[in-house]
Amino acid sequence: MHLVIFGWGNESRGDDAFGPLLLRRLEQAAWPGTTCIEDFQLQIEHALDLRGAELALFLDAGRDTPAPFQFKEIFPSGGLTHTSHALPPQSVLDVFRQVEKAEPPPSFLLCVRGESFGLGEALSPQGAERLEQAGAFLEKLGAQRTADAWRALLT
Amino acid sequence: MSALETAERPETLRRIAIDPVTRVEGHGKVTLLLDADNRIHQVRLHIVEFRGFEIFIEGRPYWEVPVAVQRLCGICPVSHHLAAVKAMDLIAGYSTLTPTAEKLRRLMHYGQMVQSHAVHFFHLASPDLLLGFDSEPTRRNIVGVATDHPEIATQGVLLRKFGQEVIRMTAGKRVHGTGAIPGGVNKTLTVEERDTLRRDIPKMTEWARGAVKMLEKLHLTNPNFYNRFGEFPSNMMGFVNSAGEMDLYHGGLRARDAKGAEIFDHVDYSKYNEVLQEEVKSWSYMKFPHIKSLGAENGWYKVGPLARVQVCDRIPSELAEAERQNLIAMGEGKPVHGTLFFHWARMIEALHAVEVVGQLLDDPDIIGTDLMSDKGDRREEAVGVIEAPRGTLFHHYRVGEDDLVKYCNLIVSTTNNNQAMNEAIRTVATQYLTGREITEGLLNHIEVAIRAYDPCLSCATHAIGQMPLQVELLDADGALVHRASKNMG
Repeated sequence: MHLVIFGWGNESRGDDAFGPLLLRRLEQAAWPGTTCIEDFQLQIEHALDLRGAELALFLDAGRDTPAPFQFKEIFPSGGLTHTSHALPPQSVLDVFRQVEKAEPPPSFLLCVRGESFGLGEALSPQGAERLEQAGAFLEKLGAQRTADAWRALLT
Repeated sequence: MSALETAERPETLRRIAIDPVTRVEGHGKVTLLLDADNRIHQVRLHIVEFRGFEIFIEGRPYWEVPVAVQRLCGICPVSHHLAAVKAMDLIAGYSTLTPTAEKLRRLMHYGQMVQSHAVHFFHLASPDLLLGFDSEPTRRNIVGVATDHPEIATQGVLLRKFGQEVIRMTAGKRVHGTGAIPGGVNKTLTVEERDTLRRDIPKMTEWARGAVKMLEKLHLTNPNFYNRFGEFPSNMMGFVNSAGEMDLYHGGLRARDAKGAEIFDHVDYSKYNEVLQEEVKSWSYMKFPHIKSLGAENGWYKVGPLARVQVCDRIPSELAEAERQNLIAMGEGKPVHGTLFFHWARMIEALHAVEVVGQLLDDPDIIGTDLMSDKGDRREEAVGVIEAPRGTLFHHYRVGEDDLVKYCNLIVSTTNNNQAMNEAIRTVATQYLTGREITEGLLNHIEVAIRAYDPCLSCATHAIGQMPLQVELLDADGALVHRASKNMG
């Protein structure tokens, strides 16, 4: 089983750091067959990182998303906006489909609700709590790393 | 001030807000005020993203700044990294670099230009590049051209990946790399790395050139439309080298007026505040820079690809210069100012950047090991400037004897384009919206104008579970009449 995990966000913007912080925990956990990829933002080239993957996990912060976190399966979805600065994970999956002419692997998003995203801010108190809750949830995901097992844990 | 910047009696008008709802503090929003006959009275682009940049930097040790500033922008961290380190070279007492160090920095910068412009290259694959053009002939043309080039999405992604690899090999890491340090660089390029990148140059050149040709072809399907959409005269500014050629890493500032006449030339960028002035307006957090000698009313200007290809005398790489001549010819002797020319100019720069990367890789100095120059006298104050993908980027610092930054002033590319972007959407509103029933399709024309500039809106973060674009139509009493949104999350 080859699993690709993306954690993205800006560690200098408060709760926007959730993705990289969670990713680092997983790097330490060293799940076998796993590739961890950190970045500021998701972009089109991340579709190439999905080549050969049998399962994908995206780790991010959210605003006004369910608390403490949401875990859902995601599917390819296109669409552009007024800016080319970043892509949502669904668009990365869509780029994969465009470029590889194949379906992306089963993909899941763990989105931790953040409260504060100001430049230079630390994690918010609620954010720090939710980060721990999300970390514990990741351990459950790690126990059985298959799409079917993860579907049973959707929130 | 534009006639559409401030309405005389705004309380009597209907307000439309195009509001990308972001999770960070700052974001962009467009507001339009219309009367009962749908005549436009006021159009404003509000960008509040840039609050706090200077405070984020002040108080840090100077040597930490080139790394810390990468956190300001998620799409062009390398530009901030290099602009900051150019200033910190001088602060630390390094007035020149070794040939290898300068060439490695240039390689990193042109790699950044390739990867940033490649995102647009990728988007060419989509008819949605020009969001919301609901007129059937225009949409048909776009779809037709995209259909003729089914491979362009893949090429865009791989070109972007190539640019990222250049950055990784020069900065050391894919993100949070260091690479440039005051006085030089801290990583060599190995022969293996050079050869790996060099193998891809012919293919990348072919693809970048194909993108330019595709833009040209699209433009020629309806030149009157592409020439005139969002067309407004403006001054232009960018770097040129001592020979007047385009140089995206280092040079003097040159400004031309809307007819192409010189306003200033070869200005030492450390004296930028002798030729430029930043103005504050009550309705926007973002400053409005302008050319001091012309005043705020007439001195605002464009930066970025469309300005750069027209302020320079030539591009010093063969293929890109030939393509530049094709674009210039569209103006029949005058500068072109249509907003959609930005896309064409951007791809010409992408081609140039690939050519420069190839030239640098062929230069024996690029695999040299002399990375640090000799240290001279330290300075208290310095300015670093670079042509970032979206335009001229200024970093200005003062550092105390305790090595801590006491003062920081950044003028980012999007700030330089602030007034020009406002003018672009006002022109589009006047051309397409005024006096007509406002539809979502027509409002999307505003997005097309914004997209051409690709401004840094909330550029240091990203988005999940949000509605990045919300359009609200309210009546004169403020009651909601209509709401439309597009959800990315």
